[in-house]
Amino acid sequence: MESEGLLFQAFVYLLAAVITVPIAKQLGLGSVLGYLFAGVVIGPQVLGLVGQGEGGVMHVAEFGIVMMLFLVGLELRPNLLWGLRGPIIGSGGLQLVLTTIGIAAIAVAFRMPVQVGLAIGMIFSASSTAIVLQSLSERNLLTSKAGRTAFSVLLFQDIAVIPILAILPLLAVSGSGVTTDHSGRQWQRALVILAVVLAIVAGGRFLVRPIFRYVASIRLHEIFTAASLLLVVGIALAMQKVGLSPALGTFLAGVVLAESEYRHELESDIEPFKGLLLGLFFISVGASIDLRLIAQLPLLFAGLVLGLIVVKFLLLLIVGKVSKLERSQNFTFAFALAQGGEFAFVLIAFAAQNQIFDQRVGNILVATVALSMVIAPFLFTLNDNLVQPRFSSRLPEREPDEIDEKDNPVILAGFGRFGHIIGRVLNLQGIKTTVLDLDADQVDLVRKLGLKVFYGDASRLELLRSAGAEKAKLLVLAIDDEEKSMQIIETARKHFPKLTILARAKGRDHAYRLVREGVKHIFRETLGSSLDLAATALRLLGVRAYEAQRIVKSFRHYDEKGVRELAQYSENPDELLSHVRNRILTIDELFEAERTRVRHSDTGWDPPKAE
Amino acid sequence: MPLRVLILFAHPAFQKSRLNRRLLSAVRGLENVTINDLYEEYPDFQIDVKREQRLLLDNDLIVLQHPFFWYSSPALIKEWEDLVLEYGFAYGSGGTMLSGKLMLSAITTGGPEPAYGREGDNYFTIREFLTPFEQTARLCKMEYLPPFVVFGSLSSFNEQELAEHAGAYRRLIEGLRDERFDLRQSPLPDYFNEILTAQADFV
Repeated sequence: MESEGLLFQAFVYLLAAVITVPIAKQLGLGSVLGYLFAGVVIGPQVLGLVGQGEGGVMHVAEFGIVMMLFLVGLELRPNLLWGLRGPIIGSGGLQLVLTTIGIAAIAVAFRMPVQVGLAIGMIFSASSTAIVLQSLSERNLLTSKAGRTAFSVLLFQDIAVIPILAILPLLAVSGSGVTTDHSGRQWQRALVILAVVLAIVAGGRFLVRPIFRYVASIRLHEIFTAASLLLVVGIALAMQKVGLSPALGTFLAGVVLAESEYRHELESDIEPFKGLLLGLFFISVGASIDLRLIAQLPLLFAGLVLGLIVVKFLLLLIVGKVSKLERSQNFTFAFALAQGGEFAFVLIAFAAQNQIFDQRVGNILVATVALSMVIAPFLFTLNDNLVQPRFSSRLPEREPDEIDEKDNPVILAGFGRFGHIIGRVLNLQGIKTTVLDLDADQVDLVRKLGLKVFYGDASRLELLRSAGAEKAKLLVLAIDDEEKSMQIIETARKHFPKLTILARAKGRDHAYRLVREGVKHIFRETLGSSLDLAATALRLLGVRAYEAQRIVKSFRHYDEKGVRELAQYSENPDELLSHVRNRILTIDELFEAERTRVRHSDTGWDPPKAE
Repeated sequence: MPLRVLILFAHPAFQKSRLNRRLLSAVRGLENVTINDLYEEYPDFQIDVKREQRLLLDNDLIVLQHPFFWYSSPALIKEWEDLVLEYGFAYGSGGTMLSGKLMLSAITTGGPEPAYGREGDNYFTIREFLTPFEQTARLCKMEYLPPFVVFGSLSSFNEQELAEHAGAYRRLIEGLRDERFDLRQSPLPDYFNEILTAQADFV
């Protein structure tokens, strides 16, 4: 019966996740929101499939966060972490202090005692590591400046939980006597904490590697997985025992192991557990929202949640500004962290135990934090769709460089991974080239290497003119922005009709547009290397080198011809499709057609037919 | 001291040629014999001149093995000559690096032997068609040996015929390597096949 109940629970959780998460993803809302929604649906107030007393599930689920930080640690080598110490203490500390004071001030303004205000301030200052990291990594933003700063702040919040847990009892209205009692033991505790941290570092350095080497030598994959889990669980347990955040401990262990040879194996072993448990965590957050309470006091909650988000957001903008984040990055940073976090649930329970506020206030706070977590993914979407586009459109704040080379025969726009090769070849031939690039960092980097590159937007007429477009023979478009490339072509066509344009095409659609524009020299950016790879693959499979090259070359001719033929129909997708369909019904037939057209055409060196 | 043999092999559609596959595998792996498969080495015609010259210097007998296309060699052999036989290396002032070496053409033709002669469709003899190669060797101060020719590959050989041609080619290369043929007799016959037959009869 017991196991049946467990299986049923697992079934409900998994089913809810499998149904809602893909839908949320498809709607562009991110997986976190999907999980949260799944939780609301199966929670006590909607379907009631999972009861209120799911503290156990929540505990298991919180382990997902522990694993996540372990994985984050694995990605972070010690010297990298050391490099982050400034932002961690600076940005993290500032965020915590500002938010605590700000929220406490508002609470006091609403006639709450200062102690309660401070407690709520500290509770609300934490953000959700799970939501933020998941959402940032889904958007590939973890390594951006905003991502790194957000991560530093989260890390500081994690560390800060320990002193907060120590401070909260001091805020208890009736509890000033308890503290003196504690102070003697604080020392002991600090020593124990130090010892445990040292043990983790030393163990990671000297003990874990030989153990994993031994386990790996057994060659049983599941035992390696078991050992990985054991490591994480063990550390979490030890940390809990001494009253430290388990997430922090495993994060530390991850950092220590980041340089070991088992890093990738550990990562791939823990990753699926993390994903599932984290999902479970979000579901339980969703399920824990007390919908009835919210329905009773809708205005109060609207005010609380909105207030929480707005206050945190504004204060985060200040933190970002102080941390010298550029404006678009600062908005990403502030939107990312403007919600309550999972630590709040722990702190609320702890504060209620210490009678800082009563259970009813606690329930309201829990619901507020959970609601803010539900809204958090929407903030990310808001930032993606409404806020960030504003920045990219007026990105070039830097003035274009003064161009002092005006008589070069070639203008090369774009000096990234595509353009720099062209530039190098031309340079080797001693051909003078005026190089323009829009990426300020790239320009500065290339300059440092001693090459002359000018910063500027080649789609602007004055810039093309000052780059010598009147006299140049060739305009090479090596930029990867399709719209910009079309814009430049239009400008160049109109004002410098003598320029021959050579254009990089991002893909087939871009190539179609270029053909329709009448550009003669079109280069699809990956065609060359894919064909090179195909030729080598054929060669390794036993095809003669020269034959492989002819196969690939004839494919290229066939394909280039196809692009030029289809370009005329490509303006209207339906027409294009029907045209393709008229000739070819299925992919199989396309391949078959290719086989006959390409292969049979190679009758080279066939002997004369016997008469 | 056996001679060191370099076989410059060229066939743009090797996969389609049964005869050349058999001939080449008959001499593959022989001691002191190096096979340089030009189309495999330089599918993009980007010939490594330094490497090719080094190979020439390292060997005593240079064999040009290829099918006879339009009365000459496949295109890559011509490219090879144009690039590798440099002035100052192979000919001209100071160009004596190849002097004294031997050169041999080993050729397969589609048409039968009678087609190459005044009475046949091709009017000229193989020996006449090969004069550009002979003169190339002469200019480089190399000795041009009578060519080895397998005629009539169009008539699709049966297994026994293939084995015979392969065996003859192997005997030719091994014999030249071990200096078993008397190359001082004069005049030498027009085709090496005659020397091979005479020797086979003798043995």
